[in-house]
Amino acid sequence: MNVSNLDIYPLGDQAITIQLGDYINASTNQEVIQIFTHLQNHPINGITDIIPAYSSITIVYDLAQFSIPSFYSSRFDWIKSRLLQELELINPVQHSNKSIKIPVCYNNEFGLDLLYLSVHTNLSIEEIIERHTNKIYTVYMIGFLPGFPYMASVDPGIQMNRRAVPRQIVPKGSVGIAGEQTGIYPLDSPGGWQLIGQTPLNLFDVIKEIPCLLSPGDSVEFYAIKEKEFWEIKKAVNE
Amino acid sequence: MSILIIKPGLYSTIQDEGRKGFQHLGINPNGAMDTCAMQTANALVLNDASEAVLEFYFPAPVIQFNRPAFIALSGADFTAEINGIDIPINQPVFIPANALLQFKAKKWGQVAYLSVQGGFELSEWLNSYSTNVKAAVGGFEGRILKQGDTIELNLKNASSINSKDCSVMPWKASVHQFYHTNALRFIPGHELEQLTPSSQTNLCAGDFSILPQSDRMGYRLQGPMLEQSDKKEMISSAVTKGTVQLLPNGQCIVLMADHQTTGGYPRIAHIISADLPTLSQKGSNDTIQFIPVTIEEAEKILMLQTQHLQQLKNACILQLDAYHRH
Repeated sequence: MNVSNLDIYPLGDQAITIQLGDYINASTNQEVIQIFTHLQNHPINGITDIIPAYSSITIVYDLAQFSIPSFYSSRFDWIKSRLLQELELINPVQHSNKSIKIPVCYNNEFGLDLLYLSVHTNLSIEEIIERHTNKIYTVYMIGFLPGFPYMASVDPGIQMNRRAVPRQIVPKGSVGIAGEQTGIYPLDSPGGWQLIGQTPLNLFDVIKEIPCLLSPGDSVEFYAIKEKEFWEIKKAVNE
Repeated sequence: MSILIIKPGLYSTIQDEGRKGFQHLGINPNGAMDTCAMQTANALVLNDASEAVLEFYFPAPVIQFNRPAFIALSGADFTAEINGIDIPINQPVFIPANALLQFKAKKWGQVAYLSVQGGFELSEWLNSYSTNVKAAVGGFEGRILKQGDTIELNLKNASSINSKDCSVMPWKASVHQFYHTNALRFIPGHELEQLTPSSQTNLCAGDFSILPQSDRMGYRLQGPMLEQSDKKEMISSAVTKGTVQLLPNGQCIVLMADHQTTGGYPRIAHIISADLPTLSQKGSNDTIQFIPVTIEEAEKILMLQTQHLQQLKNACILQLDAYHRH
């Protein structure tokens, strides 16, 4: 990996951020995921968390765990050069992350903003569903809530900014749009994304060993289901 | 073999050092607000630093112990008493069965910790006992404590206790090293340079008061309006405990233990790890200032704090050993 144009800076005194760009871009995000995968597979003692975002990755550490040669002026300098060494070892190979199909019931009850979106975009509800299901999205990052996937990119024809006033409660499973991003609320939570439907799947399940359905780098496709099927799947996944 | 929550207090939760290794899934660390006080409470009863403790605010809980226990309190001083007798904080105490622990008044600080030797008998979620209230998991049933909750105590590691009366051990942890003045030290954030020069000056010259809406997620501050010279939309990136974000209204929020893993507001500063215990003991209407330090200084201060905690742990082992032999 070419490390010459990276912006590397401390995020407090126990974390370091490597920034590869300042925009949402598929190939930049792919590099972020490559670094993430590499560092997960080649652990460095003292590192506690590796957090990929759209175009940056942050490594959190416990600095008391580092023993560093005395010619480094700080532990930050040491971990920075240590990470750069690792980055140079990364081959730009495609990683095969998992690919998941997610059922969504798109109707006015689950998709409280579907009508608004339809009026605003001049598209019928059927066309909105068609455009939302007709793409393969990449999970760029997970944040905001446990298991909340930030996915892109939404068809330009159905892109819509966040609501001016966020809702106090967005129900668990709600699928929303914010600009070119689409996401799924894993828990009941306040939220401002434009809601178009709901999935019966659990994005976050505390009893699972890996409690989140999606990870950064995964591919996601949506498919439309009827309300009857929604309740059947919901019953099955919670049994 | 348990404790009974007679009154739950304001916001009592089980916490530990925090949940590490799952932030890439949006699962934040949670954990104690004042990690030094949490570790001190554990050290005093010879628990591992990572043992679960009870964290609470004022009004504090009222707790009945149904068996003898070796306990310690640290952090805020809420003037504790056991069966009507005052007991000090930062000193381990043997207590008899059926002891009633309650707190009379808020004397100093905001957040207090109770450790019990051997810890609580709870199951970990993702390697941690910390309560994640939002996801309703971890700690005790994933929630703040309620009246009538019974928390089992873990007896396996507890030293043999034979005390009919409350007995305060004659040694005290020195904790003043953990708490700094009102001037909190920070290292510059990546977006600090986006502030106008006068706002950069105001960050270091102004007084910031802590607003009542502050909680375990973040401390909201009211201070001089800070402005960006170039209002650039930022895309979401990681944030951490101590990160100072600039909100659209020109005021700041300092992210605390329950912060989200990522955020999209400008990160103008990061309060150094060693000063987060000080901040967590500040409450509504307290005033703080910001002083810049380099990353080298921040690391040095944190290493000194870590060493002090280690020395404290060693001293507690020696003291209890000497006490038993005596």
